Amino acid sequence: MRRPGEGQSSGRRAFIYWTGFSVILALLIIAPLVLPEFWRRFLTEILIWGLLAMSSDILIGYTGMISFGHSAFFGLGMYGAAAALISMQPPNLWLAMLYGLVGAAAVAGFVAYFSTRLRDIYFAITTLIFSQIFYVIIFTWTEVTGGENGLTFSRPPLAVPGLFSIRFTPETLHWFVLGVVAISYLVLRRITQSPFGMVLQSIRENEARTRAVGYPVERYKIVAVMLSGLFAGLAGVLYALQNRFAAPDFVFFLVSGETVIYNVIGGIGTLVGPIVGAAFFLLLREGLSRFLTEYYLIPLGLIFIAIVIFMPQGLLGFARRWLNQ
Amino acid sequence: MQFLHAIPLDQLLIQTINGIVTGMILALVASGLTLIFGIMDVVNFAHGELFMLGAYVGVIVLAATGDFWIALAAASLVIALLGAAIYLTTLRPLLGRDPLTTILATFGVSLVLQNYALWQFGPVARKIQEPFTGHFTLFYLDYPWYRLVIALLSAAIIGALWLFLKFGTYGIWIRATTQDRVMAQAMGIPVPWVLTVVFAIGAGMAGASGVLFGPLVGVNHAMGLDWILKAFIVVVVGGMGNLAGSIAASIFISLLEAYASLWVSPAQAVIVSFVVLILTLLLRPTGLFVPTPK
Amino acid sequence: MSPIPPAPLLEVDEIHTYYGKSHILDGVSLEVARGEVVGLLGRNGVGKSTTLKAVAGLVHPSRGEVRFEGRQITRSPAHQVARLGIGYVPEDRRIFRLLTVVENLRTGLDRRGVTAAKKKELLERVYEYFPVLAERRGQAGGTLSGGEQQMLAIARAMMLEPKIILLDEPTEGLMPRMVSQIREIIDVLHRDSVAVLLVEQNVPLTLEASQRIYILEKGVVRHHAPAAELQANDAVIHQYMGV
Repeated sequence: MRRPGEGQSSGRRAFIYWTGFSVILALLIIAPLVLPEFWRRFLTEILIWGLLAMSSDILIGYTGMISFGHSAFFGLGMYGAAAALISMQPPNLWLAMLYGLVGAAAVAGFVAYFSTRLRDIYFAITTLIFSQIFYVIIFTWTEVTGGENGLTFSRPPLAVPGLFSIRFTPETLHWFVLGVVAISYLVLRRITQSPFGMVLQSIRENEARTRAVGYPVERYKIVAVMLSGLFAGLAGVLYALQNRFAAPDFVFFLVSGETVIYNVIGGIGTLVGPIVGAAFFLLLREGLSRFLTEYYLIPLGLIFIAIVIFMPQGLLGFARRWLNQ
Repeated sequence: MQFLHAIPLDQLLIQTINGIVTGMILALVASGLTLIFGIMDVVNFAHGELFMLGAYVGVIVLAATGDFWIALAAASLVIALLGAAIYLTTLRPLLGRDPLTTILATFGVSLVLQNYALWQFGPVARKIQEPFTGHFTLFYLDYPWYRLVIALLSAAIIGALWLFLKFGTYGIWIRATTQDRVMAQAMGIPVPWVLTVVFAIGAGMAGASGVLFGPLVGVNHAMGLDWILKAFIVVVVGGMGNLAGSIAASIFISLLEAYASLWVSPAQAVIVSFVVLILTLLLRPTGLFVPTPK
Repeated sequence: MSPIPPAPLLEVDEIHTYYGKSHILDGVSLEVARGEVVGLLGRNGVGKSTTLKAVAGLVHPSRGEVRFEGRQITRSPAHQVARLGIGYVPEDRRIFRLLTVVENLRTGLDRRGVTAAKKKELLERVYEYFPVLAERRGQAGGTLSGGEQQMLAIARAMMLEPKIILLDEPTEGLMPRMVSQIREIIDVLHRDSVAVLLVEQNVPLTLEASQRIYILEKGVVRHHAPAAELQANDAVIHQYMGV
């Protein structure tokens, strides 16, 4: 973790950072205009999974709490949005987001309560089991959730009631998702670099010492879980908007597992790393499945294990060290 | 209360036996898991896959030899070796590091093993024939002998493990290493070897459970998922690293689920174990059957 | 023909250890001859325990060498070092609390190449020296008192039939009666030609029990003299220990 002002003048570094950020943003904006449909959708999905991975980084990377529960937040966001879009006519975008976030927040509150009473491994296992609890509920409560088949619905227009209403085109949807993800990134970045974020990191480094110094660790953890859950839920809402269906598969704990994979591959504690990790994983999956159909997870799993053992800082950490050589 | 009268006694008894049978198999799987956690603080996510691969090895050896018991022995041995291999390649390098990395590594292993099984054996479930068919009458229903045998065998294996740990040099080595790894080394105990062996034993037990359980359900690549979840619940409820606790918890939870399935579908009956877990975490987080630490 | 003097049993040669960025041992060298009792004195935190750990193989020096019977053991894993004949009794005793007294002893006793008869003999001998352990042999280690645990920790190391025992502050927190028992045990070991490297805060005991003394300060050996000399002239002790 670099302390501000270390090394070269922080002014110059900030300039490089923001230039890089703008360039990437620009590329992402142009992308839907030049890419074929398949890759356009792919890119949008990378952004959504990236947001999910970023949200989980708050817990894993910054607070040091490994969570396998993100599929629950994501799923509740997705189903919450679905509920809004099915039950309200005409379908309202903002209501969908609200319902989704509320659903995710409720789950997050539930998980947050346990996060304060359990350490490390117990917490990880418990979050895993919570994902499964929600999975089972959603899977079996067919009347409400559509059970195995999930729910389908139509995409709401981008609307401000009374002012305008535009249907989403593939391009504008992509820009909307990009906008949400970019803003989320900036917000999360601001938070992680704030004093609050510093406390989270010190909890990760040494919880006992942080508590001894006087910080109410429990409260910080609860906020971290809520924050993480909200953004994960947001990703779920975006997914629902993009694909127009909600299915229990996304609540299965393996989705949480994949999220953790994105984090570790990209580099935990970096916010950008998880997005890179998600992109890397999804691209690799796309590429490998051309050759190996559905067994792509074998080489991918092996790569993941190798990264855990040999590159614990993830791709980003590795690149950073290599650049600093 | 009238609701309870509606359940015939024989159904209740059958579910009790079912619960105990499932509980014993779960205990076999969970004891391997808790043994591994107790000695090296590793949460072995891949344990369910070791169970699954054990079942597959059973299928193969059974097809080749026609003998269930050889298949059982072979599966235990093969999976034990696989366990040792997994330990040496992925867990040993992580020894000094944050124990949470072991969760990640074993999760990766579980993905690889699951998909490997899918690749090699395809998605269609296989069957293991029971070593003997035959029922005995329980009230006016036929109850298969085989199920009782499974429960007895599982109990026997766990009993053998307990004896091994209690007496004998290796048992002392394992228990000493579990309590204080550093001091065990300072006493000349070859700790790296002990850790490998314990992991192999845990794996072997999972493999054996797979073969034992095989005849009850179909053998397919995803069968490990259910079990790993239940095994985790059992290990937490029983008290991590507590062998007796995990056995008690296995039976307890399986009985509750068996009774629950008299009213709801099996898919929903699993919620019982989730509820038990949540209650345990709220009320006695160190383990339901563990005396509360002072 | 004058015989070449044999290499000392244990040689610690300019070892450096780090803990994170802290430089704990900054070039420590010492020697212990066969059957010798050597004391290691110094204030708290100077690196005495770390020195013992480096010999036992629990800490690996980044520079320097540790040699036992002429053979390099600097990088050897702790369990191999123990099997070579180096017994270690740590500062907080660290007996296996959930194992019985006998089982604790067996962690050292159950070795390859030791016959059942020999094991019996070793056990009986240790029960002679520590009758209280004989009484409590079936009890769990955690139920023993502090002094009894210290006895067990030393007895356990003796089960390895070591050529040298590393004792880290054995009298800490013990009643005077127990302290003199420890003193007797060190004498017994010396009589049995087992070398002892003794780290202690109890200066008088150390001066009496040892043949030679090293004084450690801030990770380096600052003074080295026969115990008798230091007993006669305690100015040096005052200087380094402030006692």
